[in-house]
Amino acid sequence: MTDQAYNFAYLDEQTKRMIRRALLKALAVPGYQVPFASREMPMPYGWGTGGVQVTAACLTPEDRLKVIDQGADDTTNAVSIRKFFERTAEVETTEHTAEATVIQTRHRIPEQPLGEGQILVYQVPIPEPLRFLEPRETETRKMHALEEYGLMHVKLYEDIAHNGAISTAYAYPVKVEGRYVMDPSPIPKFDNPKLESAAIQLFGAGREQRIYALPPHTKVVSLDFEDHPFEPSKADHDCDLCGCGTSYLDEVITDDAGGRMFVCSDTDFCASRQAQGHRGALSPQEEHA
Amino acid sequence: MTPLLSVQGVTKHYGARLGCGDVNFDLWPGEVMGIVGESGSGKSTLLSCLSGQLAPDAGKVVFDTRADGPRDVLTMSEPERRMLARTDWAFVHQNARDGLRMGVSAGGNVGERLMAVGARNYADIRAQAIDWLGRVEISEDRVDDRPRAFSGGMQQRLQIARNLVTGPRLVFMDEPTGGLDVSVQARLLDLLRGLVREMGLSAVIVTHDLAVVRLLADRLMVMKGGRVVETGLTDQVLDDPQHGYTQLLVSSVLQV
Repeated sequence: MTDQAYNFAYLDEQTKRMIRRALLKALAVPGYQVPFASREMPMPYGWGTGGVQVTAACLTPEDRLKVIDQGADDTTNAVSIRKFFERTAEVETTEHTAEATVIQTRHRIPEQPLGEGQILVYQVPIPEPLRFLEPRETETRKMHALEEYGLMHVKLYEDIAHNGAISTAYAYPVKVEGRYVMDPSPIPKFDNPKLESAAIQLFGAGREQRIYALPPHTKVVSLDFEDHPFEPSKADHDCDLCGCGTSYLDEVITDDAGGRMFVCSDTDFCASRQAQGHRGALSPQEEHA
Repeated sequence: MTPLLSVQGVTKHYGARLGCGDVNFDLWPGEVMGIVGESGSGKSTLLSCLSGQLAPDAGKVVFDTRADGPRDVLTMSEPERRMLARTDWAFVHQNARDGLRMGVSAGGNVGERLMAVGARNYADIRAQAIDWLGRVEISEDRVDDRPRAFSGGMQQRLQIARNLVTGPRLVFMDEPTGGLDVSVQARLLDLLRGLVREMGLSAVIVTHDLAVVRLLADRLMVMKGGRVVETGLTDQVLDDPQHGYTQLLVSSVLQV
Protein backbone atom coordinates (compact mmCIF):
# COMPACT_ATOMS: atom_id res chain seq x y z
CA MET A 1 0.00 0.00 0.00
CA THR A 2 1.33 3.43 -0.83
CA ASP A 3 1.38 6.31 1.61
CA GLN A 4 -1.18 8.07 -0.58
CA ALA A 5 -3.68 5.37 0.34
CA TYR A 6 -4.01 7.09 3.69
CA ASN A 7 -6.17 10.13 4.20
CA PHE A 8 -4.30 13.37 4.94
CA ALA A 9 -2.68 13.03 8.41
CA TYR A 10 -3.71 9.37 8.70
CA LEU A 11 -7.13 9.84 10.38
CA ASP A 12 -10.29 9.89 8.28
CA GLU A 13 -12.22 13.15 8.02
CA GLN A 14 -15.09 12.05 10.28
CA THR A 15 -12.67 11.20 13.08
CA LYS A 16 -10.85 14.51 12.72
CA ARG A 17 -14.19 16.28 12.81
CA MET A 18 -15.10 14.48 16.03
CA ILE A 19 -11.75 15.41 17.60
CA ARG A 20 -12.08 19.04 16.49
CA ARG A 21 -15.48 19.26 18.14
CA ALA A 22 -13.94 17.95 21.36
CA LEU A 23 -11.10 20.48 20.99
CA LEU A 24 -13.51 23.38 20.57
CA LYS A 25 -15.42 22.31 23.64
CA ALA A 26 -12.18 21.95 25.58
CA LEU A 27 -11.10 25.45 24.56
CA ALA A 28 -14.47 26.83 25.55
CA VAL A 29 -14.20 25.33 29.04
CA PRO A 30 -10.49 25.68 29.93
CA GLY A 31 -9.17 22.82 32.03
CA TYR A 32 -12.26 20.66 31.64
CA GLN A 33 -11.62 17.11 30.48
CA VAL A 34 -13.72 16.43 27.39
CA PRO A 35 -14.32 12.77 26.56
CA PHE A 36 -13.66 11.79 22.94
CA ALA A 37 -13.77 8.56 20.97
CA SER A 38 -10.05 7.88 20.88
CA ARG A 39 -8.99 5.74 17.91
CA GLU A 40 -6.47 2.99 17.80
CA MET A 41 -3.28 4.41 16.32
CA PRO A 42 -0.39 2.56 14.68
CA MET A 43 1.71 2.88 17.84
CA PRO A 44 1.34 1.58 21.40
CA TYR A 45 -0.58 3.40 24.10
CA GLY A 46 1.84 5.47 26.12
CA TRP A 47 3.75 6.57 23.02
CA GLY A 48 1.61 9.59 22.44
CA THR A 49 -1.54 8.27 20.77
CA GLY A 50 -3.57 11.12 22.29
CA GLY A 51 -1.17 13.80 21.14
CA VAL A 52 -0.90 12.28 17.67
CA GLN A 53 -4.66 12.31 17.22
CA VAL A 54 -4.89 15.94 18.34
CA THR A 55 -2.01 16.90 16.03
CA ALA A 56 -3.63 15.03 13.13
CA ALA A 57 -6.88 16.92 13.72
CA CYS A 58 -5.07 20.29 13.81
CA LEU A 59 -2.66 19.87 10.90
CA THR A 60 -3.19 21.62 7.57
CA PRO A 61 -0.94 21.08 4.53
CA GLU A 62 0.61 24.53 5.15
CA ASP A 63 1.68 23.74 8.72
CA ARG A 64 5.25 23.28 9.84
CA LEU A 65 5.54 20.58 12.50
CA LYS A 66 8.03 20.17 15.31
CA VAL A 67 8.00 17.14 17.61
CA ILE A 68 9.88 17.04 20.90
CA ASP A 69 10.31 14.33 23.46
CA GLN A 70 11.66 15.40 26.89
CA GLY A 71 12.87 18.56 25.17
CA ALA A 72 14.86 16.73 22.51
CA ASP A 73 14.15 16.59 18.78
CA ASP A 74 16.25 13.51 18.16
CA THR A 75 14.91 10.85 20.52
CA THR A 76 12.97 7.79 19.39
CA ASN A 77 9.52 9.09 20.20
CA ALA A 78 10.09 12.45 18.52
CA VAL A 79 11.75 10.95 15.44
CA SER A 80 9.08 8.33 14.85
CA ILE A 81 6.15 10.71 15.29
CA ARG A 82 7.81 13.30 13.04
CA LYS A 83 8.38 10.62 10.40
CA PHE A 84 4.79 9.46 10.77
CA PHE A 85 3.45 12.87 9.83
CA GLU A 86 6.06 13.41 7.12
CA ARG A 87 4.73 10.27 5.48
CA THR A 88 1.01 10.54 6.08
CA ALA A 89 0.53 14.33 5.86
CA GLU A 90 3.62 15.36 3.87
CA VAL A 91 3.90 18.50 5.94
CA GLU A 92 7.13 20.39 6.41
CA THR A 93 8.96 19.65 9.63
CA THR A 94 11.43 21.70 11.57
CA GLU A 95 13.50 21.57 14.73
CA HIS A 96 13.31 25.30 15.35
CA THR A 97 10.69 26.32 17.87
CA ALA A 98 10.12 29.74 16.35
CA GLU A 99 9.47 28.36 12.84
CA ALA A 100 6.96 25.71 13.86
CA THR A 101 3.22 26.29 13.71
CA VAL A 102 2.28 23.03 15.43
CA ILE A 103 4.51 21.54 18.12
CA GLN A 104 3.78 18.15 19.60
CA THR A 105 5.56 17.68 22.89
CA ARG A 106 6.11 15.06 25.50
CA HIS A 107 7.02 16.24 29.02
CA ARG A 108 8.46 19.67 28.20
CA ILE A 109 7.52 23.18 27.12
CA PRO A 110 10.13 24.78 24.82
CA GLU A 111 12.40 27.34 26.49
CA GLN A 112 11.71 29.93 23.83
CA PRO A 113 8.39 31.67 24.57
CA LEU A 114 5.67 30.66 22.13
CA GLY A 115 3.71 33.22 20.21
CA GLU A 116 0.22 33.68 18.88
CA GLY A 117 -0.53 31.44 15.95
CA GLN A 118 1.39 28.51 17.41
CA ILE A 119 -0.27 25.36 18.74
CA LEU A 120 1.38 23.25 21.43
CA VAL A 121 0.05 19.69 21.66
CA TYR A 122 0.84 17.66 24.79
CA GLN A 123 0.88 13.90 25.13
CA VAL A 124 -0.90 13.05 28.35
CA PRO A 125 -0.66 9.68 30.09
CA ILE A 126 -3.10 10.39 32.97
CA PRO A 127 -5.43 13.38 32.57
CA GLU A 128 -7.09 13.07 35.98
CA PRO A 129 -5.13 15.03 38.64
CA LEU A 130 -7.12 13.33 41.41
CA ARG A 131 -6.52 9.81 40.11
CA PHE A 132 -4.19 8.52 42.81
CA LEU A 133 -6.08 10.26 45.59
CA GLU A 134 -9.59 9.13 44.73
CA PRO A 135 -9.80 5.87 42.80
CA ARG A 136 -13.45 6.21 41.68
CA GLU A 137 -13.84 8.07 38.40
CA THR A 138 -17.52 8.75 39.15
CA GLU A 139 -16.44 10.49 42.33
CA THR A 140 -13.62 12.53 40.73
CA ARG A 141 -15.99 13.77 38.05
CA LYS A 142 -18.37 14.87 40.78
CA MET A 143 -15.52 16.58 42.62
CA HIS A 144 -14.61 18.52 39.47
CA ALA A 145 -18.24 19.45 38.91
CA LEU A 146 -18.66 20.72 42.46
CA GLU A 147 -15.19 22.26 42.72
CA GLU A 148 -14.27 20.08 45.70
CA TYR A 149 -10.52 20.28 45.47
CA GLY A 150 -9.50 19.96 49.13
CA LEU A 151 -8.06 16.55 48.35
CA MET A 152 -5.50 18.01 45.97
CA HIS A 153 -3.98 19.91 48.88
CA VAL A 154 -3.92 16.72 50.95
CA LYS A 155 -1.37 15.41 48.46
CA LEU A 156 0.76 18.54 48.86
CA TYR A 157 0.33 18.30 52.65
CA GLU A 158 1.63 14.74 52.54
CA ASP A 159 4.64 15.89 50.53
CA ILE A 160 5.57 18.47 53.14
CA ALA A 161 4.84 16.15 56.08
CA HIS A 162 7.11 13.43 54.71
CA ASN A 163 9.78 15.41 52.87
CA GLY A 164 9.77 18.86 54.44
CA ALA A 165 8.86 20.54 51.15
CA ILE A 166 6.45 20.06 48.27
CA SER A 167 8.32 17.25 46.54
CA THR A 168 5.98 16.89 43.58
CA ALA A 169 8.40 17.77 40.81
CA TYR A 170 6.42 17.00 37.67
CA ALA A 171 2.73 16.84 36.74
CA TYR A 172 2.30 19.57 39.32
CA PRO A 173 -1.42 20.37 39.68
CA VAL A 174 -2.64 23.77 38.52
CA LYS A 175 -5.90 25.66 38.80
CA VAL A 176 -7.18 27.07 35.51
CA GLU A 177 -9.03 30.42 35.52
CA GLY A 178 -9.97 29.88 39.17
CA ARG A 179 -12.14 26.92 38.27
CA TYR A 180 -10.84 23.52 37.15
CA VAL A 181 -7.84 21.78 38.67
CA MET A 182 -5.79 20.32 35.84
CA ASP A 183 -2.89 17.94 35.42
CA PRO A 184 -0.47 19.72 33.06
CA SER A 185 0.88 16.31 31.91
CA PRO A 186 4.27 15.23 33.28
CA ILE A 187 6.13 18.46 32.52
CA PRO A 188 8.65 19.47 35.21
CA LYS A 189 7.21 22.05 37.59
CA PHE A 190 9.90 24.38 36.24
CA ASP A 191 7.70 24.66 33.15
CA ASN A 192 4.49 25.47 35.04
CA PRO A 193 4.87 29.28 34.77
CA LYS A 194 5.14 28.85 30.98
CA LEU A 195 1.61 27.44 30.88
CA GLU A 196 0.42 31.04 30.77
CA SER A 197 1.26 31.52 27.13
CA ALA A 198 0.20 33.26 23.95
CA ALA A 199 -0.06 29.94 22.12
CA ILE A 200 -2.99 27.53 22.09
CA GLN A 201 -2.22 24.53 24.29
CA LEU A 202 -4.03 21.26 23.65
CA PHE A 203 -3.76 18.13 25.77
CA GLY A 204 -4.62 14.69 24.38
CA ALA A 205 -4.83 11.48 26.38
CA GLY A 206 -5.38 8.56 24.00
CA ARG A 207 -5.78 5.62 26.33
CA GLU A 208 -7.91 7.62 28.77
CA GLN A 209 -9.91 9.17 25.91
CA ARG A 210 -9.80 12.72 27.23
CA ILE A 211 -8.95 16.06 25.64
CA TYR A 212 -8.46 19.32 27.51
CA ALA A 213 -7.05 22.68 26.57
CA LEU A 214 -5.73 26.08 27.58
CA PRO A 215 -6.69 28.98 25.32
CA PRO A 216 -4.07 31.74 24.88
CA HIS A 217 -3.41 33.96 27.91
CA THR A 218 -5.41 31.76 30.26
CA LYS A 219 -4.68 32.26 33.95
CA VAL A 220 -2.94 29.19 35.34
CA VAL A 221 -2.04 29.03 39.03
CA SER A 222 0.07 26.27 40.56
CA LEU A 223 -1.46 25.03 43.81
CA ASP A 224 0.49 25.63 47.03
CA PHE A 225 0.27 26.61 50.70
CA GLU A 226 0.65 30.15 52.04
CA ASP A 227 3.71 29.12 54.03
CA HIS A 228 5.06 26.74 51.39
CA PRO A 229 4.69 28.66 48.13
CA PHE A 230 5.15 27.09 44.72
CA GLU A 231 8.73 27.11 43.47
CA PRO A 232 9.70 26.18 39.92
CA SER A 233 12.90 24.24 40.49
CA LYS A 234 15.79 23.11 38.31
CA ALA A 235 19.25 21.65 38.77
CA ASP A 236 21.50 24.27 40.36
CA HIS A 237 23.96 24.49 37.47
CA ASP A 238 24.63 26.18 34.16
CA CYS A 239 24.40 24.24 30.92
CA ASP A 240 27.80 22.65 30.24
CA LEU A 241 27.42 23.11 26.49
CA CYS A 242 25.89 26.56 26.05
CA GLY A 243 26.41 28.10 29.49
CA CYS A 244 22.76 29.04 29.95
CA GLY A 245 21.87 29.53 33.62
CA THR A 246 18.10 29.77 33.27
CA SER A 247 17.09 26.75 31.19
CA TYR A 248 15.88 23.36 32.41
CA LEU A 249 18.77 20.90 32.59
CA ASP A 250 19.23 17.17 32.06
CA GLU A 251 21.89 15.38 34.05
CA VAL A 252 24.02 13.15 31.85
CA ILE A 253 26.25 10.49 33.40
CA THR A 254 29.51 10.47 31.45
CA ASP A 255 31.51 7.63 33.01
CA ASP A 256 31.34 5.12 35.86
CA ALA A 257 33.51 7.21 38.18
CA GLY A 258 30.97 9.85 39.14
CA GLY A 259 31.53 12.02 36.08
CA ARG A 260 28.48 13.94 34.96
CA MET A 261 27.46 16.95 32.98
CA PHE A 262 24.38 19.12 32.87
CA VAL A 263 22.95 20.06 29.50
CA CYS A 264 19.83 21.91 28.38
CA SER A 265 16.97 19.48 27.95
CA ASP A 266 15.69 21.66 25.08
CA THR A 267 18.10 20.64 22.31
CA ASP A 268 16.96 23.28 19.83
CA PHE A 269 17.43 26.03 22.42
CA CYS A 270 20.91 24.76 23.30
CA ALA A 271 22.00 24.33 19.69
CA SER A 272 20.85 27.80 18.67
CA ARG A 273 22.68 29.33 21.64
CA GLN A 274 25.85 27.48 20.67
CA ALA A 275 25.43 28.69 17.11
CA GLN A 276 25.38 32.22 18.51
CA GLY A 277 28.73 31.54 20.12
CA HIS A 278 27.73 30.80 23.72
CA ARG A 279 29.98 28.23 25.36
CA GLY A 280 29.68 26.13 28.52
CA ALA A 281 32.24 24.62 30.89
CA LEU A 282 32.56 21.34 28.98
CA SER A 283 32.25 22.63 25.41
CA PRO A 284 34.76 21.16 23.01
CA GLN A 285 37.81 23.42 22.72
CA GLU A 286 37.87 25.58 19.61
CA GLU A 287 40.47 24.33 17.23
CA HIS A 288 43.33 26.68 16.58
CA ALA A 289 44.69 26.82 13.14
CA MET B 1 -36.12 26.85 70.34
CA THR B 2 -36.07 25.02 67.01
CA PRO B 3 -34.94 21.42 66.87
CA LEU B 4 -31.56 20.90 65.19
CA LEU B 5 -32.92 18.00 63.20
CA SER B 6 -36.56 17.27 62.66
CA VAL B 7 -37.46 13.95 61.05
CA GLN B 8 -40.99 13.68 59.72
CA GLY B 9 -42.47 10.49 58.33
CA VAL B 10 -39.31 9.11 56.74
CA THR B 11 -40.09 5.95 54.80
CA LYS B 12 -37.86 3.84 52.61
CA HIS B 13 -38.85 0.71 50.71
CA TYR B 14 -36.48 -1.70 49.03
CA GLY B 15 -38.82 -2.94 46.33
CA ALA B 16 -41.67 -4.60 48.17
CA ARG B 17 -39.75 -4.86 51.44
CA LEU B 18 -39.81 -2.13 54.03
CA GLY B 19 -36.48 -0.54 54.95
CA CYS B 20 -37.84 1.82 57.54
CA GLY B 21 -41.37 3.12 57.88
CA ASP B 22 -42.84 6.40 59.05
CA VAL B 23 -40.10 7.49 61.44
CA ASN B 24 -40.67 10.75 63.32
CA PHE B 25 -38.50 12.45 65.88
CA ASP B 26 -36.94 15.79 66.82
CA LEU B 27 -33.34 16.11 67.86
CA TRP B 28 -32.57 19.15 70.00
CA PRO B 29 -29.23 20.96 70.16
CA GLY B 30 -26.85 19.15 72.50
CA GLU B 31 -28.96 16.02 72.58
CA VAL B 32 -27.79 12.50 71.83
CA MET B 33 -30.32 10.14 70.31
CA GLY B 34 -29.72 6.40 70.33
CA ILE B 35 -31.32 4.06 67.82
CA VAL B 36 -31.21 0.39 68.81
CA GLY B 37 -32.58 -2.75 67.28
CA GLU B 38 -31.47 -6.07 65.87
CA SER B 39 -29.78 -6.61 62.51
CA GLY B 40 -32.17 -5.86 59.68
CA SER B 41 -34.43 -3.66 61.77
CA GLY B 42 -33.82 -0.63 59.54
CA LYS B 43 -31.40 1.32 61.77
CA SER B 44 -28.73 1.80 59.14
CA THR B 45 -31.29 2.53 56.43
CA LEU B 46 -32.71 5.25 58.63
CA LEU B 47 -29.26 6.69 59.33
CA SER B 48 -28.42 6.73 55.61
CA CYS B 49 -31.68 8.54 54.88
CA LEU B 50 -31.01 11.12 57.58
CA SER B 51 -27.47 11.81 56.43
CA GLY B 52 -28.47 12.25 52.82
CA GLN B 53 -26.70 9.15 51.50
CA LEU B 54 -29.96 7.49 50.57
CA ALA B 55 -33.11 9.13 49.23
CA PRO B 56 -36.18 8.05 51.20
CA ASP B 57 -39.48 7.40 49.40
CA ALA B 58 -41.38 9.80 51.62
CA GLY B 59 -40.86 12.17 54.48
CA LYS B 60 -38.82 15.20 55.43
CA VAL B 61 -35.48 15.68 57.16
CA VAL B 62 -35.33 19.30 58.29
CA PHE B 63 -31.95 20.53 59.49
CA ASP B 64 -31.47 23.88 61.20
CA THR B 65 -28.71 25.32 58.99
CA ARG B 66 -26.43 28.07 60.25
CA ALA B 67 -27.14 30.40 57.35
CA ASP B 68 -30.75 29.89 56.32
CA GLY B 69 -32.49 28.35 59.34
CA PRO B 70 -34.51 25.12 59.04
CA ARG B 71 -34.30 23.51 55.59
CA ASP B 72 -35.30 20.15 54.19
CA VAL B 73 -32.08 18.28 53.49
CA LEU B 74 -33.73 16.05 50.92
CA THR B 75 -34.72 18.90 48.64
CA MET B 76 -31.34 20.64 48.87
CA SER B 77 -29.11 20.59 45.81
CA GLU B 78 -26.25 18.13 45.89
CA PRO B 79 -23.49 20.76 46.28
CA GLU B 80 -25.31 22.21 49.28
CA ARG B 81 -25.75 18.80 50.84
CA ARG B 82 -22.11 17.88 50.31
CA MET B 83 -21.04 21.22 51.76
CA LEU B 84 -23.19 20.50 54.81
CA ALA B 85 -21.70 17.01 55.05
CA ARG B 86 -18.20 18.39 55.38
CA THR B 87 -18.90 21.35 57.63
CA ASP B 88 -21.87 21.02 59.98
CA TRP B 89 -22.20 17.26 59.81
CA ALA B 90 -19.92 14.38 60.60
CA PHE B 91 -20.32 10.70 59.88
CA VAL B 92 -18.48 8.08 61.92
CA HIS B 93 -18.50 4.75 60.14
CA GLN B 94 -18.52 1.40 61.88
CA ASN B 95 -15.46 0.36 59.96
CA ALA B 96 -12.76 3.01 60.29
CA ARG B 97 -11.43 1.99 56.88
CA ASP B 98 -14.61 3.33 55.27
CA GLY B 99 -14.14 6.74 56.84
CA LEU B 100 -10.38 7.16 56.54
CA ARG B 101 -7.99 7.52 53.65
CA MET B 102 -5.71 4.61 54.34
CA GLY B 103 -2.91 5.85 52.08
CA VAL B 104 -2.70 9.27 53.69
CA SER B 105 -0.96 10.08 56.99
CA ALA B 106 -2.95 10.67 60.19
CA GLY B 107 -2.26 14.40 59.96
CA GLY B 108 -3.44 14.49 56.36
CA ASN B 109 -6.59 12.62 57.29
CA VAL B 110 -7.45 15.14 59.98
CA GLY B 111 -6.42 18.06 57.77
CA GLU B 112 -8.50 17.00 54.77
CA ARG B 113 -11.72 18.56 56.03
CA LEU B 114 -9.87 21.77 56.89
CA MET B 115 -8.37 21.96 53.41
CA ALA B 116 -11.75 21.11 51.90
CA VAL B 117 -13.22 24.24 53.46
CA GLY B 118 -10.34 26.42 52.34
CA ALA B 119 -7.46 26.20 54.86
CA ARG B 120 -4.26 26.92 52.95
CA ASN B 121 -1.68 27.42 55.67
CA TYR B 122 0.39 24.30 56.25
CA ALA B 123 1.57 25.22 59.74
CA ASP B 124 -1.98 25.98 60.93
CA ILE B 125 -3.40 22.80 59.45
CA ARG B 126 -0.67 20.74 61.05
CA ALA B 127 -1.06 22.42 64.44
CA GLN B 128 -4.79 21.73 64.41
CA ALA B 129 -4.24 18.14 63.34
CA ILE B 130 -1.79 17.58 66.21
CA ASP B 131 -4.17 19.26 68.62
CA TRP B 132 -6.98 16.95 67.55
CA LEU B 133 -4.83 13.84 67.66
CA GLY B 134 -4.04 14.81 71.25
CA ARG B 135 -7.72 15.16 72.07
CA VAL B 136 -8.38 11.62 70.88
CA GLU B 137 -5.32 10.35 72.75
CA ILE B 138 -3.05 9.68 69.79
CA SER B 139 0.47 10.87 70.52
CA GLU B 140 2.03 13.61 68.43
CA ASP B 141 4.82 11.42 67.05
CA ARG B 142 2.26 9.32 65.15
CA VAL B 143 1.06 12.29 63.10
CA ASP B 144 2.95 11.24 59.97
CA ASP B 145 2.11 7.54 60.22
CA ARG B 146 -0.48 6.04 57.93
CA PRO B 147 -3.67 4.63 59.47
CA ARG B 148 -2.55 1.17 58.32
CA ALA B 149 0.04 1.25 61.08
CA PHE B 150 -2.64 1.97 63.71
CA SER B 151 -4.59 -0.50 65.82
CA GLY B 152 -8.36 -0.81 65.33
CA GLY B 153 -9.12 1.39 68.32
CA MET B 154 -6.67 4.06 67.18
CA GLN B 155 -8.14 4.03 63.69
CA GLN B 156 -11.57 4.60 65.15
CA ARG B 157 -10.30 7.48 67.30
CA LEU B 158 -8.53 8.95 64.28
CA GLN B 159 -11.78 8.77 62.34
CA ILE B 160 -13.50 10.68 65.12
CA ALA B 161 -10.80 13.36 65.14
CA ARG B 162 -11.03 13.68 61.36
CA ASN B 163 -14.76 14.22 61.62
CA LEU B 164 -14.82 16.65 64.51
CA VAL B 165 -11.99 18.94 63.39
CA THR B 166 -14.28 21.39 61.57
CA GLY B 167 -16.53 21.71 64.64
CA PRO B 168 -19.69 20.06 63.28
CA ARG B 169 -22.97 20.44 65.11
CA LEU B 170 -24.45 17.07 64.25
CA VAL B 171 -22.67 13.72 64.29
CA PHE B 172 -24.06 10.53 62.80
CA MET B 173 -22.49 7.40 64.24
CA ASP B 174 -23.02 3.94 62.84
CA GLU B 175 -21.94 1.35 65.41
CA PRO B 176 -18.92 3.40 66.50
CA THR B 177 -17.70 0.66 68.83
CA GLY B 178 -18.40 -2.31 66.58
CA GLY B 179 -15.50 -4.69 66.15
CA LEU B 180 -13.50 -3.33 69.09
CA ASP B 181 -12.69 -5.34 72.20
CA VAL B 182 -14.35 -4.33 75.45
CA SER B 183 -11.51 -2.42 77.09
CA VAL B 184 -10.88 -0.40 73.93
CA GLN B 185 -14.63 0.12 73.63
CA ALA B 186 -14.75 1.50 77.14
CA ARG B 187 -11.99 4.02 76.44
CA LEU B 188 -13.60 5.06 73.18
CA LEU B 189 -16.95 5.55 74.86
CA ASP B 190 -15.33 7.58 77.60
CA LEU B 191 -13.66 9.74 74.99
CA LEU B 192 -16.84 10.15 72.96
CA ARG B 193 -18.84 11.09 76.03
CA GLY B 194 -16.26 13.72 76.95
CA LEU B 195 -16.19 15.20 73.44
CA VAL B 196 -19.96 15.25 73.05
CA ARG B 197 -20.41 17.06 76.37
CA GLU B 198 -17.47 19.42 75.89
CA MET B 199 -18.41 20.50 72.35
CA GLY B 200 -22.17 20.43 72.98
CA LEU B 201 -22.62 18.12 69.99
CA SER B 202 -25.87 16.63 68.92
CA ALA B 203 -25.58 13.06 67.78
CA VAL B 204 -27.57 10.23 66.31
CA ILE B 205 -26.02 6.91 67.32
CA VAL B 206 -27.06 3.66 65.72
CA THR B 207 -26.01 0.57 67.62
CA HIS B 208 -27.10 -2.85 68.75
CA ASP B 209 -25.04 -2.48 71.92
CA LEU B 210 -27.25 -1.35 74.80
CA ALA B 211 -24.24 -0.43 76.93
CA VAL B 212 -23.25 2.19 74.35
CA VAL B 213 -26.59 3.94 74.42
CA ARG B 214 -26.79 3.67 78.21
CA LEU B 215 -23.56 5.65 78.44
CA LEU B 216 -24.01 8.12 75.59
CA ALA B 217 -27.62 8.62 74.66
CA ASP B 218 -30.16 10.91 76.32
CA ARG B 219 -33.06 9.44 74.43
CA LEU B 220 -33.65 6.11 72.84
CA MET B 221 -35.60 4.78 69.92
CA VAL B 222 -36.14 1.03 69.56
CA MET B 223 -36.71 -0.31 66.03
CA LYS B 224 -37.98 -3.63 64.82
CA GLY B 225 -38.87 -4.68 61.30
CA GLY B 226 -38.45 -1.13 60.00
CA ARG B 227 -40.84 0.41 62.53
CA VAL B 228 -40.16 2.36 65.70
CA VAL B 229 -41.70 0.30 68.51
CA GLU B 230 -40.73 2.36 71.53
CA THR B 231 -39.21 5.73 72.32
CA GLY B 232 -38.35 7.51 75.55
CA LEU B 233 -35.56 8.59 77.85
CA THR B 234 -32.74 6.08 77.81
CA ASP B 235 -32.94 5.05 81.44
CA GLN B 236 -36.71 4.83 81.27
CA VAL B 237 -36.69 2.57 78.23
CA LEU B 238 -33.92 0.35 79.49
CA ASP B 239 -35.13 0.05 83.10
CA ASP B 240 -38.84 -0.18 82.39
CA PRO B 241 -39.31 -1.52 78.88
CA GLN B 242 -42.94 -1.56 77.76
CA HIS B 243 -42.91 -3.19 74.34
CA GLY B 244 -42.40 -6.92 74.15
CA TYR B 245 -39.46 -6.61 71.81
CA THR B 246 -37.70 -4.08 74.03
CA GLN B 247 -38.19 -6.39 77.00
CA LEU B 248 -36.62 -9.20 75.00
CA LEU B 249 -33.74 -6.95 73.94
CA VAL B 250 -33.00 -5.77 77.46
CA SER B 251 -33.23 -9.25 78.93
CA SER B 252 -30.94 -10.77 76.32
CA VAL B 253 -27.93 -8.72 77.45
CA LEU B 254 -25.46 -11.08 79.06
CA GLN B 255 -24.62 -10.32 82.67
CA VAL B 256 -21.08 -11.04 83.75
